[in-house]
Amino acid sequence: MGAKAITITSGKGGVGKTTTTANLAVALARMNQKVVVIDADIGLRNLDVIMGLENRIVYDLVDVIEGRCKLRQAMIKHKQFNYLYLLPAAQTRDKTAISPTDMMYLVKKLREEFDYILIDSPAGIERGFRNALAPADEVIIVTNPEVSAVRDADRIIGLIEAANKGPARLILNRVKMEMIKKGEMLSADDVTDILAIKLIGIVPEDEYVVPASNSGTPVILNENSRAGIAFNNIARRIMGEDVPFMQLESSGGLFQRIAQWFSGG
Amino acid sequence: MQDDLVAIKGTQDGLLISLSPTEQWLTVTSELAKRIDEKTAFFSGARVTIELGERPVPKHELTGLKALLERRNLTIALIMSDSRTTIEAAQALDIRAGSSSPITQIDDDLKDALPFTSEEEGIPGVLLRRTLRSGRTVHSDGHVVILGDVNPGAEIVAVGDIFIWGRLRGSVHAGAHGDENAVICALDMSPTQIRIAGLIATAPDDNKRRQIMPEMAFIRDQQIIVEAWNIK
Repeated sequence: MGAKAITITSGKGGVGKTTTTANLAVALARMNQKVVVIDADIGLRNLDVIMGLENRIVYDLVDVIEGRCKLRQAMIKHKQFNYLYLLPAAQTRDKTAISPTDMMYLVKKLREEFDYILIDSPAGIERGFRNALAPADEVIIVTNPEVSAVRDADRIIGLIEAANKGPARLILNRVKMEMIKKGEMLSADDVTDILAIKLIGIVPEDEYVVPASNSGTPVILNENSRAGIAFNNIARRIMGEDVPFMQLESSGGLFQRIAQWFSGG
Repeated sequence: MQDDLVAIKGTQDGLLISLSPTEQWLTVTSELAKRIDEKTAFFSGARVTIELGERPVPKHELTGLKALLERRNLTIALIMSDSRTTIEAAQALDIRAGSSSPITQIDDDLKDALPFTSEEEGIPGVLLRRTLRSGRTVHSDGHVVILGDVNPGAEIVAVGDIFIWGRLRGSVHAGAHGDENAVICALDMSPTQIRIAGLIATAPDDNKRRQIMPEMAFIRDQQIIVEAWNIK
């Protein structure tokens, strides 16, 4: 089986794990990959909202594990893509409702049918994180260019190495080029200098992201979004393509933006 | 009763008998016999650890000691020694033997592979060939050498010195048992905090990018000083 299970994690909360997971899932599905996303954040589920599938949930991951439904019944098909599914978390339970072994069992079953299994990890280093890490073939760390997020990412990378799941790859999310130029924000070099893992993407801060998440249409579907372009590039890199990193210089006019886009941006 | 000849202590692991490494072997062993004979009921059936320090005890002397104890119904659980002769003698007699300072224990395989006896006695340590990330800790009774970076949130505590062949950005404590001669060296010294013996120092709070160079921290006049490490 060529299926790849990729866990997206961060240590710190609020850095954009779930947004990243949703966008990568849509990007991969748009490139005709068979994708399932698992929301491992039991008790604080969000992935369904960001993917616009909240009102379709009947069963969830814990229902599957506890035998109240078949795996198939809990998987929600995306509105737009035929081979994009969500396995939602339970909202009324907590992380102890499932175990790392349960997650490995679930992912094993899903491997037969899908190309990519993306697992959205909860924040923290406890049970929820261990559940999300257990079945992973690859790990992607999401962090922001700020000291506390990088500190937590470093901690998580250490735990991933200790679990022999490394080397993880890094997404630097919510980067503001103007601030880096003024020396007010860590640059990608500053971050990789400390974390010493390979960068798989740099995502600029983008005002389109929040409304897109609120409306359940991941920002990648908005062609004007620079964050969307960045996520799309990351998805292509996950598939093994060699995509150059985009120029993060702030957008001038629309033409400049298009020019950047065409230049591989 | 002469305490400096023979010291008997109760420990977590049973009785620890320390024999003076300098006094004559015969004097020491007969004192030991005398001490046991004074309290036969107390000692009978005990498993004891014998600490011999630096004294080289050849096999025939160790055999004698073993017999002396066995006659009094004591068994040797462990021999602790800093002498290779003693340790080898113990091994020949099938007695578990270890070094007094736990870190000096060398694997048997390794010992066989070392053809020379070292002319310089050093203090053993721990060498780690990797970057130490946030939340990871290294504690050692000797020195600590890291070939890699020490990131913020990582922690090293060493009784001896600390050498970082890389960037030091975490917190480290050298001379943790109070050795004020302990030093901390790093190729790039930007620690969260350094401690030597009982003193604490933090890196200066300037945001300017300093020039990166190897530096060494040590105590002078009851203060931690950090100096560039120059080859002069």
